Amino acid sequence: MNVPAALKRISETIWELPVSYKEGMLVPARLYGTEKLIKEMDAGVFEQVSNVATLPGIQRYAYCMPDGHWGYGFPIGGVAAMDPGAGVISPGGIGFDINCGMRLVLTNLTADQVIPKLHQLVDRLFTRIPTGVGCHGFVKLKQDDFRSVVQQGSRWCLKEGFATQDDLDMTEEGGCFPGANASDISDKAVERGYNQLGTLGSGNHYCEIQVVKPENIWDAELAEAFGLNLPNQVVIMFHCGSRGFGHQVATDYLKLFLSVMDRKYGIKIVDRELACAPFHSPEGQAYFSAMKCAVNMAFANRQVILHRIREVFSEVFHSSPDDLGMRMVYDVAHNTAKLERHRVNGSRKELLIHRKGSTRAFGPGAPGLPACYEKTGQPVIIGGSMETGSYLLSGMSSGADAFFTTAHGSGRTMSRHEAKKRFRGDKLQRDMEARGIYVRTDSFGGLAEEAGDAYKNIDEVVEATELAGLSKRVARLLPIGNIKG
Amino acid sequence: MPFEYRGDIAHADVAFNAWAGTLEELFREAARATMQVMVENLAAVRPTQTVDLKLEQENLEMLLFDFLNELIFYKDARRLILLPDHLAISESDGGYMVEGTLRGEEIDVARHEMNTDVKAVTMLRYSLEQVPQGWRATVVLDV
Repeated sequence: MNVPAALKRISETIWELPVSYKEGMLVPARLYGTEKLIKEMDAGVFEQVSNVATLPGIQRYAYCMPDGHWGYGFPIGGVAAMDPGAGVISPGGIGFDINCGMRLVLTNLTADQVIPKLHQLVDRLFTRIPTGVGCHGFVKLKQDDFRSVVQQGSRWCLKEGFATQDDLDMTEEGGCFPGANASDISDKAVERGYNQLGTLGSGNHYCEIQVVKPENIWDAELAEAFGLNLPNQVVIMFHCGSRGFGHQVATDYLKLFLSVMDRKYGIKIVDRELACAPFHSPEGQAYFSAMKCAVNMAFANRQVILHRIREVFSEVFHSSPDDLGMRMVYDVAHNTAKLERHRVNGSRKELLIHRKGSTRAFGPGAPGLPACYEKTGQPVIIGGSMETGSYLLSGMSSGADAFFTTAHGSGRTMSRHEAKKRFRGDKLQRDMEARGIYVRTDSFGGLAEEAGDAYKNIDEVVEATELAGLSKRVARLLPIGNIKG
Repeated sequence: MPFEYRGDIAHADVAFNAWAGTLEELFREAARATMQVMVENLAAVRPTQTVDLKLEQENLEMLLFDFLNELIFYKDARRLILLPDHLAISESDGGYMVEGTLRGEEIDVARHEMNTDVKAVTMLRYSLEQVPQGWRATVVLDV
């Protein structure tokens, strides 16, 4: 067990490391989770969340969500709010895969209609959505066009016929973070990413066909409001990010921050992966703009993929996407920093919220939500392993305690190296098919790394988020088809 | 063993130690460890394409960081799986320089046993140090 003796239990699901835990901590660290989940967390989580608590300008607490696990810089599942005036921005609090995120799409089809055509659908999705290491997309762009994509995000897709206005309305921030200036990105980042629009990537990125069984509806009213209104309704969930472009943006600025942090700004940090710069410094502002470019690339990437998914379903079922009810539930971002207004010490204040491997989860009535979700709170999509299923949840008013943030996935418990030693990808593929889940991949090694047993129990993670008042369960989604990068 | 993956120091990512008698060999081993995360059977990668390499940095640690990132860059920008062919590391203007050639070919899923994409080299526990037997590096890759 890795739990430090200094960890104090504050409530059933809130745990705290006091500022005395580590020299330099400016605020306590708070971890969310049941006793079981906290006990299972790896030592790196406690080390990293307390490191985050030392960053200049951090407000209230350094947080870790119930799916928290060992990351780099911040733990995965880490959240930190900085005072934009006196605080820093850190690429290590956002991650290399900027705006890696989840999108959930409805259909008006049921499992009975889809299962007879499952192989055809999955095979066609696998052919039409490029997956795997170094894959290039079907949208052929000049490098200057790509600069427009990263400034405009999903708005570029709307102009080019890859999106509907409703898609943009159902995407966090309308699918475009304003203030993204392509002059803040390197030519290298453009060269690395301009061929990758419309690609899934690899690792834990996937596109999944799922079924919502009646017995897996947790809240019928919210499910109805989110468009789940048929028994055994089929939905599509996918997970991907800003691809090589976002990775290069993060690498470029990690290097820049390492070179100026101490030399120019006198900031000392406990881990180089927490490299940072004052938010209002020229370097901090340039990174904020470049990060927004990567956020917008990821929104556009998921939008173009959605266009492809609609084409495939349309071809297989000989109906238009509208007739198939292929409307987005929502698109959530995982790895971002954003200026938001939150209450601190009784007054509302603008804060720079870093979320790394965690999901914004606005409660009912929050500004910025589409009208249809004003009463329900924001839909939250939490992806589980490809074997066990995923969840749709909603944001809660009580989430204010964690700046309206919740978990993002199940969280790994086993290293990729260990998973590959224990599981065989080809056998896993056969076993899953016998259980009714048809998977296609170019990488059996990659498939083995994503085995269900390499992850925490998703049911326990989402239950913990509900007990902690961060997000409320709406429905559990079971996989029947999957394309894996 | 010139490199070894370390499941004990990273879960969601991939960590490795590499060691060698000379800096050039160390760079070569770190390149193999990085590329094998993406392609299991590196022996199947044919040296049909050549890319020139010249990188400068103020210290050796960041030179290795840039060198590994260069390999990751070509994987995305040109779908090339590259390994060092010829490498020479020297001191230059108060810093260090690596010059040489990278050779390999475009990804071919029919012949290359693909694993998982490497997104970046992280600074987590990152080190390059001189040890009695030569040089040793610890690298955590974001995948």
